[in-house]
Amino acid sequence: MRRTLVSEVVQSGSIFTPIPARIVSTEQLTEHEKRFVIALPEGLALHHSPGQFLMVSVFGVGEAPISISSSPSRSNGSFELCIRRVGDLTSAIHQLERGDIIGVRGPFGRGFPVERLRGKDLIFVAGGLGLAPLRSLIDEVLDERGNYGLLTVLYGTRSPDNILFKKELADWEKRRDMTLSITVDQPDESWFGEVGFVTSLFDDLYPNPRNAVAVVVGPPVMYSGVIKRLRSLNIPEGNIWLSFERRMKCGVGKCGHCQLNHIYTCRMGPSFAYSEVKDLEEAF
Amino acid sequence: MDFKIMPKSALPDWVKKLTILYRVVAPVPKHGQIVFDEITDPSTLTMLYPQSVLPPKKYLFPQHEVMLNYKLDGSWFEANIESEPTVVLGIHTCDLHAVKLFDRIFSQGYADQHYQARRDDIFLVSIECLTPCTDESFCRSMGTLSATSVFDLHLIDLGEDYAIEIGSDRGESLLNGFKNVFNATSTDEERVNDRLKDKWAEFPYRLDFDVTELSGLLAENFSSEYWDELGEICLACGQCTQVCPTCYCFDITDERSLTGEIGQRTRTWDSCQIDMFAEVAGGHNFRKSRAARQRHRFMRKGKYQMDAYGLVGCVGCGRCAEACLVGITPVKTFNAIHKRQLEKEEA
Repeated sequence: MRRTLVSEVVQSGSIFTPIPARIVSTEQLTEHEKRFVIALPEGLALHHSPGQFLMVSVFGVGEAPISISSSPSRSNGSFELCIRRVGDLTSAIHQLERGDIIGVRGPFGRGFPVERLRGKDLIFVAGGLGLAPLRSLIDEVLDERGNYGLLTVLYGTRSPDNILFKKELADWEKRRDMTLSITVDQPDESWFGEVGFVTSLFDDLYPNPRNAVAVVVGPPVMYSGVIKRLRSLNIPEGNIWLSFERRMKCGVGKCGHCQLNHIYTCRMGPSFAYSEVKDLEEAF
Repeated sequence: MDFKIMPKSALPDWVKKLTILYRVVAPVPKHGQIVFDEITDPSTLTMLYPQSVLPPKKYLFPQHEVMLNYKLDGSWFEANIESEPTVVLGIHTCDLHAVKLFDRIFSQGYADQHYQARRDDIFLVSIECLTPCTDESFCRSMGTLSATSVFDLHLIDLGEDYAIEIGSDRGESLLNGFKNVFNATSTDEERVNDRLKDKWAEFPYRLDFDVTELSGLLAENFSSEYWDELGEICLACGQCTQVCPTCYCFDITDERSLTGEIGQRTRTWDSCQIDMFAEVAGGHNFRKSRAARQRHRFMRKGKYQMDAYGLVGCVGCGRCAEACLVGITPVKTFNAIHKRQLEKEEA
């Protein structure tokens, strides 16, 4: 049996030690986002669940939490990260090329409740870069398609230029066993699709609230609007899952940066049922 | 209670002996204040001291700590675990309670092996407090005026002698072979009992309510205007968190060597009072205002840590009150919130 990355990290003597991993390929997805295919050292398996994240290092620069954007079902010795260039670390990663080494430790946190999605009609709502972790879940569902009910993916992003995973989106659009809707709120001349925030896509959504589970991933500002729409469709609070972005330095519930009341987002989350967090101050 | 008796006059000899085998850390006077520092000469030892500037937590969780050494190309990397057999002498009971909280925090989930290594190497020798440290300490109110189980040895000043309570086999081993340690007699037991009973009168309650109500009180008052008032005066300097025995939030940063070949990853104490602490990459800050950050600090101390670890997050040492340049103190804060809650209920 292959050893897992996280057990290798623990055995290194410190949970803070990254394991060097090789960049297999890179692909510029948008002006600011790049896809990285990463291979672990021989004999190591990532063994993640959709919605979990890795602490990713560039040696000499630093470390940041990055969600895993490939599904466990397709992690064949390698996995994918979709990284937006936004700070020192992500800028440094963007400069790396095929063959370069980054450090990874994890996977950390609680991912999406895959078990609880079985047999359910699924509504996945992504805003912007939120599509990256959701893609891990979407592929997981597609690879075991018979285990789940209807699949609807709603994706909102700023402008046509910001659309991520265009290849994957084109494939999903063609599939007859799922529904994909995309909207942008700043269209250009090339755009003939929906215009508006992701909430506008709910106008055409008619789920069976008794059997539906929603998974929502996006920037902090997106949540309250989307939750309101889901609640107005009578989807129970316990069947609305969210993924929280917070500053994280350790990834293992110690450093305090991601603390949301008494909850360490990195350890108890980053995915939460709305019912678990709705009464927590500073959650949204 | 399993304890021994050591004449006070024998203490320097015992400490001298310890310094041969261990790094010995104790409260010592420095620039008119008391600090925990390594000692080689037992005559500098001050077992009766008001309050150390920093708690002894720095020996479990140093201000700066190299966690990882590596080559920049990723071809070599190594965890850096630093620990050294260390005896910490003269720990006040408030600081002992803080260690108990740290033990839970750093072992929960994935254990912090850096902390664990130092913890396993450290001997905690605490001392019973017989008079309040400062005007700001409120250990009695926080329930930290008695030793908690994490000590290895616990000293109780009996005048001419110390009673030494044995907390662990490791602790007992520190006394092995030292001839000026005697088994306690029933008279000694009475002396200890009297001492422990009599001291209570010295320590006033400083909270206007029972500490068990604190968590609920804070939960009710998340939206209190009092936080805004604190936000108005707070300088966001972070001193309160730097001197706190139960604060452990940290930052991790990388540094390159001048040759550009190797680097280090370092952990440093951080502070939730600093502007950027809860800011995410896109620029959204979950605690943008000083009011929100002060509230977060007091919520952690009085509620969140209790919710997460079952222990109150403030040990009542009063260091933050001493350190604050604008007079923000936990006692004033908790009492003010309590007073307003009563007024709310009466209205």
